[in-house]
Amino acid sequence: MSVPALKSTDYKSPVTPIWCPGCGHFAVLSAVTKALAYLGLPREQVALVSGIGCSSRLPAYVESYGFHGVHGRALAVAAGLKAAREDLTVLVAGGDGDGFSIGGNHLLHACRRNMDLTYIVMDNEVYGMTKGQASPTTAPEWRRSKLTPHGPGVRRFQPAAIALAAGASFIARGFSGDPSLLSRLLVQAIRHRGFSFLHVLSPCLTFRPDEKEWKQKVHPFADSPTSNAVEAARLIQADDGMSLGLIYAEDLPVWQPASECSASLADFEAEFRL
Amino acid sequence: MVSESARERPPTLSVAITGSGGSGAVTAGLILLEAVGQAGFYGLMTRSAGPQIRGGESAAMVRFSPRPVESMGDRFDLLVGLDWRSVGRFASEIPLDSRSEILADPAAGEVPDVLLAAGAAVRRAPFKSIAGVVPEGRVSMAALGALGAVLGLPLDALEAGARRVLAPRQASVVESAVGCIRHAYTVQPEAGRASLQPPSAPRDLWNISGNEAAGLGALRAGVRFVAAYPITPATEMLEWLAPRLEQLGGCLLQAEDELASINMVIGASFGGVPALTATSGPGLALMVEGLGLAVASETPVVVVDVMRVGPSTGIPTKSEQSDLNIALYGIHGDAPHLVLAPLSVGDCVFTTQWAAGLAEHLQATAIVLSDQSLGQSRAVTTPPAEPTLALSRRRRQAPDTAFVRYALTADGISPMAVPGEAGGIYAADGLEHNEAGVPSSLAADHQRQLAKRRRKLEGFDYGADWAEMRGDGPLCIITWGSSAGAVLEAAERMMAAGRSVRVIALRLLAPLNVEALAAALARTETLWVVEVNEGAQLFHYLHAHQAIPAGARSLARAGPLPLRPGEVLSALAGAS
Repeated sequence: MSVPALKSTDYKSPVTPIWCPGCGHFAVLSAVTKALAYLGLPREQVALVSGIGCSSRLPAYVESYGFHGVHGRALAVAAGLKAAREDLTVLVAGGDGDGFSIGGNHLLHACRRNMDLTYIVMDNEVYGMTKGQASPTTAPEWRRSKLTPHGPGVRRFQPAAIALAAGASFIARGFSGDPSLLSRLLVQAIRHRGFSFLHVLSPCLTFRPDEKEWKQKVHPFADSPTSNAVEAARLIQADDGMSLGLIYAEDLPVWQPASECSASLADFEAEFRL
Repeated sequence: MVSESARERPPTLSVAITGSGGSGAVTAGLILLEAVGQAGFYGLMTRSAGPQIRGGESAAMVRFSPRPVESMGDRFDLLVGLDWRSVGRFASEIPLDSRSEILADPAAGEVPDVLLAAGAAVRRAPFKSIAGVVPEGRVSMAALGALGAVLGLPLDALEAGARRVLAPRQASVVESAVGCIRHAYTVQPEAGRASLQPPSAPRDLWNISGNEAAGLGALRAGVRFVAAYPITPATEMLEWLAPRLEQLGGCLLQAEDELASINMVIGASFGGVPALTATSGPGLALMVEGLGLAVASETPVVVVDVMRVGPSTGIPTKSEQSDLNIALYGIHGDAPHLVLAPLSVGDCVFTTQWAAGLAEHLQATAIVLSDQSLGQSRAVTTPPAEPTLALSRRRRQAPDTAFVRYALTADGISPMAVPGEAGGIYAADGLEHNEAGVPSSLAADHQRQLAKRRRKLEGFDYGADWAEMRGDGPLCIITWGSSAGAVLEAAERMMAAGRSVRVIALRLLAPLNVEALAAALARTETLWVVEVNEGAQLFHYLHAHQAIPAGARSLARAGPLPLRPGEVLSALAGAS
């Protein structure tokens, strides 16, 4: 008996997203459903873990298991889930605040562990959920937040550079305005065995209307993807941050507990017996 | 060697072995504990150390008896000084009196005045020269041999103890230790005035620490995932668990911090694997946010807090019961959860196992309040019992109608699907949600989910294990966790002197079984609440629930010194 293949619409839940019309995250949602359909992953075998923010609302909109956790901790939840359940395909989603500010430490160690996870960061260089504060990727001179009226005055966080230095084995950048590239990158990211860092430029039209310009500023990554971390570092440092495509992918040791039963509880209890 | 008359025979013996770093005091203590166990006695061992990583001064304290030992008592019968450097640090922890003896080597110098002040007699034994006779002989092992003879312990029990404790070391170390013990034992002229008749019938006994016991309880309950960050005084529990989890097909993930630990535990539990972490006060403070998420998403988790002296960094190596407040009230919002506290070293097995079972069954968050005095003490004790209730996660019955993850059931427990199950798809959420798990800001959804999460805990029948109760009478003492030992011993002494007293040692602190407590206090005329924290945290909690009468008395004082039975007796006597 043949089971009909699932279509991308089968991966979309009935819940209506809260996102503003024109939000870049709609394209990410669509790309996720397309990628999962393309890979033919049974819906119950996929888990989508997120933190807090507009992009972190994603799990409710995807017809798969989901965990909407607290701010910045999605990678930790995902690590525990994957460690306990290697059989699942675990995707992690969040924004630039969730991932690079409060979640920064977890990002570093997630890259270092290089567990087989796919991390999608929807970067709109602003905190949208809390109505328009600067994020770590916001330019230093952006003055539109009351919290930082003179602009953040601090240099931007460099997501790709830091992910690479921390040990991520797959680094790519996508853009909501190029949905077909996004779907392709997602498929590659999920297929890659290791920690896949997918940096998605995903404009927030409500609090960053200037990001409409991104459509003109993005461009394909000039080089072919490299599997050499030193070369990747050079390319990323030289990059203007608007290059799209796969930048770096390498087969690096993946951390995953692989334990087999070799003893019993009775053995441990015997250790205490006098 | 047997003591002379029943009248003189003490029911327990307490021994302290002190020395500077590297002197072997703790090893000697461990061997002594194992030896008393081999001889058929029950025992308890605690230790004290200076703050240095290596080489700090240390003391091992061992108490043993033909009957179960539940506290370290009020005084020490014998102090063995391997050397006298920095002993002043321990003077307040090793109360001596005129009935005590100090066993010392004249070659180590004069016994410090601070130890002689209470009138203890000094018995001399030449540890150093005895050790010199045996190749690579150590002063600590010679002292142990002499000590064993003074205590009237069988030599073969001492030897068995040494072989077991020193088993990981090289054979030459074991043999020289055994040689020293034997030689010192045989040259020791006579048993001291403090010695005990070993029990005649062999017993089935365990030698276990509180941290190991909590680890075992977790494994017994089916915990197969631990994510944790090292912290004093919980680290040994994690170190005990790590290889054994792996051997059972599970794993321990060392996380980058406690924020990650609790979230990893949540992730694994969401994935269907019972999960736990262990920490101390400062780590629990970091985890509180995660606990709220576990409560809101109804994901089973267990956190064992091996309490230290607080607040903040406090005194990491010493014990206090001052995390009750954060355990009860730390989570923001209305977040009902379980708080339990083991009553003894051995009870760490039962209580942790029970907590983990309850967490799974009720899809709840359980905090187990152990402490340094339990975690880092060892006991020779009866093998721990298992909880009688069958506790397990309620799973959805497939095939079924559309699965509703947070369905409003009568008992508040909703069937839970686990990733991988077809037809069980849902998104867990820290956001308030409706029955289907879809985020909701509606008042009715919040009220219904709050009521459900409360109902599932408060409506559950926890059975008789919520407290240990002993005795009866108009005088009652309520206590909790590690204070139970000293309180029970105080009560035993009162009852031996013909005074009736009831002790209620709480093991389940939240939810509080107000009705059962009221029934237990029905005929109480004088009530004391005893705990080791300065803020009288349990006392205030019981009052908040109107569970104790207005005239109830409080004995609440801070750590780091252990609670002693004599303190309890003094408080009760002083007040009447």
